[in-house]
Amino acid sequence: MNQLLGFVKKEFTHIFRDSRTMVILFGIPIIQLMLFGYVITTEIKDARIAILDHSNDNVTREIKNKILSSGYFRLDANLMNENEIDPIFKKGNVKEVIIFERNFAQRLEREGTVNVQVIADASDPNTAQMLYNYTNGIVQDYTKKKYAGFTIPLQIKSEVRMLYNENMVGAFMYVPGTMALILMLISAMMTSITIAREKEMGTMEILLVSPLKATHIVLGKVAPYLLLSIIDAIVVVCLGNMVFGVPIRGSIFVLAFLVILYITMALSLGILISTVANSQQVAMFISGFALMLPTILLSGFIFPIENMPYPLQLLSNFMPPRWFIDALKQVMLKGNGLAYIWPNVLILSTMTTVFLVLSIKKFRLRLE
Amino acid sequence: MKEIKSDKGPIIQVKDLVKKFGNFVAVDHLTFEVNKGEIFGFLGANGAGKTTAIRMLCGLLEPTSGALRVAGFDGYHQREEIKRNIGYMSQKFSLYEDLTVYENFRLYAGIYGIPRKERIRKTDELLRKLNLEESRDKLVGGLPLGWKQKLAFSLALFHNPAVVFLDEPSGGVDPLTRRTFWDLIYEVAHQGVTIFVTTHYMDEAEYCNRVAIMSEGKIVALDTPAALKSFYKTDSMDGVFLKIARNKE
Repeated sequence: MNQLLGFVKKEFTHIFRDSRTMVILFGIPIIQLMLFGYVITTEIKDARIAILDHSNDNVTREIKNKILSSGYFRLDANLMNENEIDPIFKKGNVKEVIIFERNFAQRLEREGTVNVQVIADASDPNTAQMLYNYTNGIVQDYTKKKYAGFTIPLQIKSEVRMLYNENMVGAFMYVPGTMALILMLISAMMTSITIAREKEMGTMEILLVSPLKATHIVLGKVAPYLLLSIIDAIVVVCLGNMVFGVPIRGSIFVLAFLVILYITMALSLGILISTVANSQQVAMFISGFALMLPTILLSGFIFPIENMPYPLQLLSNFMPPRWFIDALKQVMLKGNGLAYIWPNVLILSTMTTVFLVLSIKKFRLRLE
Repeated sequence: MKEIKSDKGPIIQVKDLVKKFGNFVAVDHLTFEVNKGEIFGFLGANGAGKTTAIRMLCGLLEPTSGALRVAGFDGYHQREEIKRNIGYMSQKFSLYEDLTVYENFRLYAGIYGIPRKERIRKTDELLRKLNLEESRDKLVGGLPLGWKQKLAFSLALFHNPAVVFLDEPSGGVDPLTRRTFWDLIYEVAHQGVTIFVTTHYMDEAEYCNRVAIMSEGKIVALDTPAALKSFYKTDSMDGVFLKIARNKE
């Protein structure tokens, strides 16, 4: 036991003396969280638009005012005719052009129907879709309020309520995802690198000929990262809560259990990688390529799994972060307990066991 | 199975030792003995089976067949005991460069379960002996290569092993430093520690009491450097090595 303690102590010294490791451990999680929280946002704010108003009467003016005062849009240019639309999109500043047809107010009064044309820059389809939805919403709202007195027969209204995230805050989606990414980075990548470093420096040989058991060596390498990963998880949850208002509606204990389970899974993956990588660079490459990319792309972190082609959906089942992120959202946003997330826990536990058994087997084999 | 460690007689006993990896025979019926306090040189080109042989002697690898005893312990069933009774120094010196001299000592002492009091006493003693007292709290990474070499050697001896394995202990070190390093080896051997050393440098081979030369998994020559030189009618170990290589062809 004392042998192990000295070994763990040494591992901490390695970590605290290396400024790069410290940056990865504590700088990157915070930066990543802020980046994902602020930059990759699905909310619309101050989107630049242009307006082509063929009638310029009091109705169109009212609608324009309503659109521009909503806070979602900012007027970039008033266009005079259709020929200006194409160049202004090509310049790229403007994301949407709204066109009011001729005699807008008159037609509305006489024919009861009139067209607002919305042209959006769909080179970024998600944004385009969102801009259209917002614009449409404002126009609908205007007509509804303006002609509240008129009864339109048999109108079906759908009222939408966004459960668990009423304001559609992007951070609610990104905080759990970022947590999965960061814990994977620290646990798997850092352990695989630190074990590979011992091999590179030749110190692994010394450890192997010493009376330390293989399990002790692995445990000693992994224990500090388990502790630091837990600290990072706490930092991410707290920051998410204080800066972005991401709630923790479920039990803290269930959350802690889930996080520790996931960290254990990532650590065993890291050991597994280190058994095949003999240098730090190879370890970094494997964990970067084999772990980071799937964590970002196939876990439902950024791209919804339901929208993926079927083969990729199948593949995503084998990505541990997928089950972690899903369970995390359930616990944090919906307040679900083990009664709901047990399938995720079961899957993650199975994966952890498989990785752990494989990595210890392979590590032993390496000794031979 | 337990055997009483005697002060006399061979400390390493190897008889018909074989190690196979699948169909490949890495070590082919080795037989030799190393006596207590002897400096035993183990030579051979890369791929001659040296590394595999040493790994078995260190208890890292289980032999396929044959008999093996190191420091009185069996190479099959008592590998953990072997590990506790040997020291090992690799060609990379294998110190933790981002730890201080003192911290390296503390770590090794901890791994071998040496009590605190003894550790502190011994560390001070060794640092004084190596003239490293002033570097006690310096990071190992900043030390000259010759110092690292001495330090690695002292660490391999820290837990009073019966046998020390030195795997090319002079890689990249200049001849003068090599000479002073060998003074250290002689001193330790004189105290009764057995030294098992592999090397590429033929001047180092000359310093050994006896030398075994391996080729293709077998020992092709084993004797004192003087006897080998007279047998092969040459005046240096270099010559011995070349003649053996030529005979093979």
